[in-house]
This record gives sequence, structure tokens and C-alpha cells, in this order.
Amino acid sequence: MEQSILEPATLEETRDLVAEAVLDGKTLEIMGAGSKRGLGRPVRAERVLSTRRLEGVDLYEPAELVMSAGVGTPMATIQATLAERGQELAFEPADYGVIFDHEPGVQTIGGVFAANLSGPRRLKVGAARDHLLGVTCVTGRGEVIRAGGRVVKNVTGYDLCKLLAGSHGTLAVMTRVIFKVLPRAETSATLLVRGADEQRLLAALRLAMNSSFEVSGAALLPILAAGRSKVAMLRKPVRLQAALRLEGPPPSVAHRIDALQQLLAEDGGLGFERLDANDTATLWAEIRDLKLLSPALPLWRLSMPPSVAATLSEWIGQMSAEHLYDWSGGLVWLALKPAWAGEADLIRRALADHGGHATLIRAAYEVRERVPVFEPQPLALAALTRRVKESFDPKHILNPGRMYAEV
Amino acid sequence: MEMPALDRDSLAKRDRIVAALRAIVPGEGVIANVTEMRAYECDALSAYRTLPMAVVLPASVQQVSAILKLCNDEKIKVVPRGGGTSLSGGSLPLGDGIVLGMGKFNKILDVDFQNRCVVVQPGVTNLAITRAVEHEGFYYAPDPSSQIACSIGGNVAENSGGVHCLKYGLTTNNLLGVEMVLPDGSVIRLGGRHLDADGYDLLGVMTGSEGLLGVVTEVTVRILKKPDTARAVLMGFPSNETGGDTVASIIAAGIIPGGLEMMDRPAIHAAEDFCKAGYPRDVEALLICELDGTAQEVDHLIDIVAAIARQHHASFIKVSESEEERTRFWAGRKAAFPAVGRISPDYLCMDGTIPRSQLAHVLKRMEEMSAHYGLRVANVFHAGDGNLHPLILFDANVPDELRKAEDFGADILKLCVEVGGVLTGEHGVGVEKRDLMPSMFNENELAQQQRLKCAFDPVQILNPGKVFPKLHRCAELGRLHVQRGALPFPDLPRF
Ligand SMILES: Cc1cc2nc3c(=O)[nH]c(=O)nc-3n(C[C@H](O)[C@H](O)[C@H](O)COP(=O)(O)OP(=O)(O)OC[C@H]3O[C@@H](n4cnc5c(N)ncnc54)[C@H](O)[C@@H]3O)c2cc1C
Repeated sequence: MEQSILEPATLEETRDLVAEAVLDGKTLEIMGAGSKRGLGRPVRAERVLSTRRLEGVDLYEPAELVMSAGVGTPMATIQATLAERGQELAFEPADYGVIFDHEPGVQTIGGVFAANLSGPRRLKVGAARDHLLGVTCVTGRGEVIRAGGRVVKNVTGYDLCKLLAGSHGTLAVMTRVIFKVLPRAETSATLLVRGADEQRLLAALRLAMNSSFEVSGAALLPILAAGRSKVAMLRKPVRLQAALRLEGPPPSVAHRIDALQQLLAEDGGLGFERLDANDTATLWAEIRDLKLLSPALPLWRLSMPPSVAATLSEWIGQMSAEHLYDWSGGLVWLALKPAWAGEADLIRRALADHGGHATLIRAAYEVRERVPVFEPQPLALAALTRRVKESFDPKHILNPGRMYAEV
Repeated sequence: MEMPALDRDSLAKRDRIVAALRAIVPGEGVIANVTEMRAYECDALSAYRTLPMAVVLPASVQQVSAILKLCNDEKIKVVPRGGGTSLSGGSLPLGDGIVLGMGKFNKILDVDFQNRCVVVQPGVTNLAITRAVEHEGFYYAPDPSSQIACSIGGNVAENSGGVHCLKYGLTTNNLLGVEMVLPDGSVIRLGGRHLDADGYDLLGVMTGSEGLLGVVTEVTVRILKKPDTARAVLMGFPSNETGGDTVASIIAAGIIPGGLEMMDRPAIHAAEDFCKAGYPRDVEALLICELDGTAQEVDHLIDIVAAIARQHHASFIKVSESEEERTRFWAGRKAAFPAVGRISPDYLCMDGTIPRSQLAHVLKRMEEMSAHYGLRVANVFHAGDGNLHPLILFDANVPDELRKAEDFGADILKLCVEVGGVLTGEHGVGVEKRDLMPSMFNENELAQQQRLKCAFDPVQILNPGKVFPKLHRCAELGRLHVQRGALPFPDLPRF
């Protein structure tokens, strides 16, 4: 049923195409490079609109820590441009190329913000949404609007940037984004912590996060996950391992890694190793891009209060074929046996008493069509969500059904 | 500032509404006599005062829900109120509406160190959160100067910041969840103790929504461990330009200080006279730069910052050698508003944000405007993130000076927008900047924001007359006007 893909090259063309779709009552699937088309509920739209030709960095002021780019700009271009000036996107956007079978770096900056994708450093510096400063977009009413600006401190009117980040193209087609960039740390190191059981290691992660040592990554890597790493040190799986990342000026990192080890050693029973900056970069990219989990199995992503991870760890172990904890336990990845992919109720019931939510990140088309991919909402919230959707896209033209059947 | 005409129907219903409110909140929770209502007639933008029809002080979510439902059904306007410290008229009452004071929601519900968060009721003050966790070495990062008086609910509504938000973010970056009541009385939860709320980021939308979308009844914020060490450097410069360039160079060197503040000559003198912070008087601009982290890191960065300042001809550099000295350096800055209050009978505090590179240009233009209007201006300024606080000095007893001061302020804010900045960085639009909104947003943009308001508040009972210059009925906003191709393009993006 798929026709050719609409590829507007300017804001005006984008607006005209959306306006036409609104007038004709034709639905549009919105995508960037299409690298995350498999994420979310399947969209059955009459036309496909790709933003990939809305491309190019049009403003970069390193001293102002700000960049503006067309949403179709590939992440590889953004990252290379930033790297030349020693800067980066601090929220470490994940690249799901591995799980969705795409080349790394092809995903667009617009897609990263539309899906609010953040990596391990999210627990220290915030999510993608915290770094989005300004947006130009075409709403589902076929109107061009701008939101935000190019400055960080801005409370003028509602914060529509936050709303658009993570809206998966269901409210408006973003055409240009302005975002905050930050200096890359001078160096980094990882403290590997080895222990007998998950409970102990999760407690160590929380202790580390509660220290003043500015930990910028806190993950627990079960033996299977560690075995997939390219970092040799991790593949000697005598015991379970947790990883803590420290970043900053060299003297500071050196001091903090010693102090952190000392703090965690007080408890006894834990072993320690260290990774240098190179291995640190490799490992955290693997964690970020989900390279330590099976590329084939269905994947659930659970966000929960970190202490709940310990409460649920036994259940997590039984439930999953493979798993991994990031964000100090606040983010749990469950890779399930295919037959279990659709067990949404089971998963969500386990979380229900503790707060948090579960998203089905990767599963077969039929499964995503059948089970709620995003956490179902209580009645009043679902009704509000629908009204918000309709305030931007009254005829449900944009990515219909991507997030919820009725949105 | 013109407010919408009073609604006669609402006024006529007053007695019945008061009685209905009393049925929901018994006893002293409903205030309807003029003397007692005086305490609520204004916020910190005290040039504007209005008595509401009544003040209601609920103590439970059920009561808030019942009050909103009543007002929604009866079409009675509601102004939520926390500490009443808004500088933009956000909590200014409406003559044909009620004030919903959240003062009784003053409990800290849970301190959860395991998950590094605190759950509080919205009437708890900003500082009380830090007080509740500091025994374990934690703090709540956003620290508005009003932190002893302002409520966390107000902080959420205004997305408040403080001197530490350059490194640690504004309210929006430190907020994990809220419970809130919609105008129809339904209670919803957004987020919780986990990161990243599911669904649309309505938590992000609520933050900074100025009491127009819902009433927050519970707040969960993230807390942080205090850094091992913090030291501040005072740096004096011969001109605003050299001070501004130093700010840009520090950031460009890859350093994100814990705080980076600037004051101009009038502000330096006022602050020094007021609290003897040890500021040099013979400089045109003063920077306070705080670095925090481990001792090694702080020492390392202080050397770099001092070297940058010297390159930019700093005539004065002093590093704090003790915690007492560091606090003293900040005392002058934090007391800048009251200090300026002593040298002028009245002042208006503006709040625009600009790209840092425009600092010197904007300060120069402001001097010209100051001469034009014949009013003095003192500048304190969150330099690190380009957030200006020009204080316009005037005397309300001199005929026409308030109007002149307001015009001066409006000119400053328009200038901010002109150079790529925005009307307000942290104080909110309220009534104060309402009529300037069209200088930043075109009609489509304002209409879209109001449609979002309609999604939350279709009857528009919450804080109408604030933020948006023109009220439109939701039905009217909802109509589609789409044309095929070749529309006259609305203003093209500025950025
Ligand atoms: C001396 C002084 C210094 C200041 N310094 C700073 C500063 O450094 N940084 C900064 O950002 N601000 C500063 N402010 C401004 C002010 O303190 C903040 O905007 C603060 O967040 C307001 O909180 P409040 O509790 O007083 O809110 P109020 O003034 O009572 O209300 C503010 C807005 O919030 C809404 N509101 C209040 N509670 C709720 C609720 N529970 N649910 C929904 N809406 C609600 C109101 O309707 C209103 O629109 C300063 C003010 C003063 C007077």
C-alpha cells in the first residue's frame, strides 16, 4: 500500500504538504531517515513524509553552546561537527541501529528529539527534552509555528519544546531544532565493581549516585551482557559486574575514582577493576546503543524508581532471557523470549505498585499492533492526552495511532 | 495594564459561591471579608492590586477538586496562589474570581534518599526542601533568591531558577513528578520517582504554565549531593564589555561554573553599601564565578578562570579562602534587590534573556534608553545563561514615573527579543509582559498555545487575563482554516 515518499526540502514545502493532507483528509506517516519506524505502534497512513531533505547545520556557536539544524540532518554529521570543537550532545543520544537493523549514524537529529532518546548520562545531565531549546514545526492544522528560542532560560509562554520532544511525530512535523551543546569532558574512566548478586551491586550503584563524586553512568551488566562487550576486561565473568563512569579534568577523575572505590569497599565483599578512557568510551557506547543485548529478541524498556530494581530483580531474572540495568537501576532493559513479547500485562502489573512505566521497544509488527506499546493511561489522563493531540492535529492526520490507538 | 472587564454574572453569584465554598472547606478556610482579603490583594508586582471575591484555603486534594469543579460548573475564575512572590503578577487576584491559596499544603510527605528525591505538598517553601535533606549532605538545586518565601508549587508554575541553574538546571530539569487537579475536578499524576514521564511530556508543559493549566497538589523533585568544595572568585573589570567577554571566554573554554553572575556599577555600589560584601567600588562590572566539585578540580578551574579574567584586563581578582568568605561574596548579589530598594523609592525588575554574545551591545543600548527616559537602571544578571535583571529605579509618587518605567522596561524586553532572546527568563509573563507577547510570537503561535490551554481548561477558569494578550473562546480557536499551497507565509523562523 506504500506510495512514494514525500520529501519536502523547505519549511514552506513541508507546510504545503501537510496543509494538503489536512484538506484531503489523508493521513501522513512522519519519519526522518526511518531508522526507528519499528518503534511504537504500527502506523497505517495513506502517505509517508520524510524530513531527510530538511538537512544542514545552520547555526553553530560553540561559545554560546548552541546549535541549530534542519531535522533531517544525520546524527553522524551533527556529532562530527561538534567533535571538531570538542563538544557533544551531553544527553548521549542512543542509536538503535543495532536493534532495528540500520547503519549507525543514519538517524536524524529530528528523530532523536521526537523519540526523546537519551543515553546513560541521562541520570546526571537530563534527557533529550532538557536540551531542546527551540523548534520550528508544522502542526497538524497545517500551520507553521515556532516554539522556544535559542537561549536556555526562557519561560515565555508554554514550553512547547518539551511537549514536542517525545511526541513521536503525532503533534507536528518539526522542521528545525535548536539545541544546547556542551563541552566534552577532558577524560573519563570506569570503575568496575564485581559482586555476588544483583541486590548488592544495585545497592552499590545507588550508594555511588548518592556520593558527591559526580558519577555520569551507572549500569549493572549481567554475565551474558558483559560477555558481549568488546572490552576484554568485562568478558572474564567470574562474578556479576557493575560499571560506574567518571568524567572531567584528569586530576579530578583520578581523585574521584580512588575515593569512589574506597567508599564502596567499606562494605567488603566487592572486587574492583578500572577501565581507561578508551575502554570507557567503548563500553558506554555499547550500553547506550543496546549492543550488549541480543539483537534478535523482543525488547522492553522499563523506567522505575532505582530502588525498585532491587525489589524486582529476582522477577526480572526469571522473566527475561537477557537483561541489563542502566541509570543506577532506574532503567531496565528486558530481552524476552519471542513467545513472551506480548506479555504486557504481566510486566506492567509488576511495576504497578511501584510507579514507573514500560515501553515495548522492539517486537514483531503483529505484536505491536496487538499490545499497547506505550504505557496505557488512566482515564482522565488519556482524555487529556487526546485533547492535547487534537489541539495540534484535530483531524488525526499525523502518525495516527503511533503512540496510542486513539492518538 | 488593562484586565478583562468584570463579569457581572460572577459578581452577582458571589454570596452563593461563598456559601458553596464554605460547604467544601469548613471553618476559617474561606475568607470573604475585605480586611482579611487585603493580605492577598497583590503579589510581588505590587504596583497592581485587586481584591478577589473570596479567598479559599483548601487542605486536601478532595477539597481542591471540589472547588475547581464548582468553579468550572459556575464559570467562576480561579487564581491559584503559593507564596505570592511572583514578580509578574501571576498570582494577582481577579475582581470577579476567587483566590485558591495553597498555604495549607505545607507538609513534606517523603524524603527518599534511595531514589534521590523528595515528595512534598506544593505550599512547602523552596528552602524547606533543602532544609529537610541537608543533614545527609543533600540539597535541592534551583535556588531563587526568594527561596525562604516562595513555594515549590509556585516554582513549578513559574519554572523558577536561581544562581545555580547554569550548571544544575531550572525547576523543569529537577522536577520528577506532580499530582494535579484539572479544572473539571479530575486528579491526574504526571511522572513520579522515576525518570522521564510516559506519554506526552505534560510535566514539561505544566512547568512554567503560570497557574493556567491546573492546580498542583503534590510535587516530587530530585535532590543532589552537595559538592565537596565550592569556591567563588570575584573579578572586577574596567567595562561591561570586558566583563561580558570574560563570561563568554569562560564558557568557551569548556567550563560550566556552578554560578556565574554579573553586576554593573550602580548595582555593585548599592550592594556594597547595603551589606559590605567586599566588592570593589572602582570597577564598572563585577563577576562572581563559583566553581564546585572536588578540591582538585576546583583549584584547577579557578586558575583557568583567573587567567581568563587577566587576559580581559580584570583590575580586581579575589578567590574565597573560606566558606564564610564565599557566602559573603554571594550575600551582596543575593541582596541586590533590597539593596537597590534602599537607593530608590520604587523599582521595576525586568527579566529578559539574550544570547551571551549580545551582552555588551544590550547594556550599551540600555544606557542610552536610561538617558532617554531620565530613569536610572542597575543591572544584576545571571551572566552565564544570558538572563538579565535590569532594575529600573523610579518614584511612584512622581506623576507619570511608573508609566515611564514600564515603557522603559518594555523597550528593554523588545530589545532582548530583537537580538535573538526572549521576554522572560524565569519570572514569567503574568500580567506584566502579557501585552508584549506579540513581539515574540505571531498570531498562529499565540493561538496554538491557547489551544493547548483549552485542552486543559476548556472553560478557561484558571488565571484568565494572564500570559495571553487576547482571550479567545476555545470553540473559536478550534476552527480549522487551512488553505491549499501558496499561503502568504507567516513570519519565517527567526532562528
Ligand atoms: C525578592 C524576590 C526575589 C526573587 N528571585 C527570584 C529568582 O532568583 N529566580 C526566580 O526564578 N524567581 C525569583 N523570584 C520570583 C518568584 O519568587 C518566583 O516566581 C516563585 O516561584 C513564585 O513562587 P510563589 O510560591 O510565591 O508563587 P505565587 O506568586 O503565589 O504564584 C506564582 C504563579 O504560580 C501559580 N501557582 C502557585 N501555586 C500553584 C499551584 N499549587 N498550582 C498551580 N499553580 C500555582 C500562581 O497562579 C501564579 O501564576 C523572586 C521574587 C522576589 C520577590
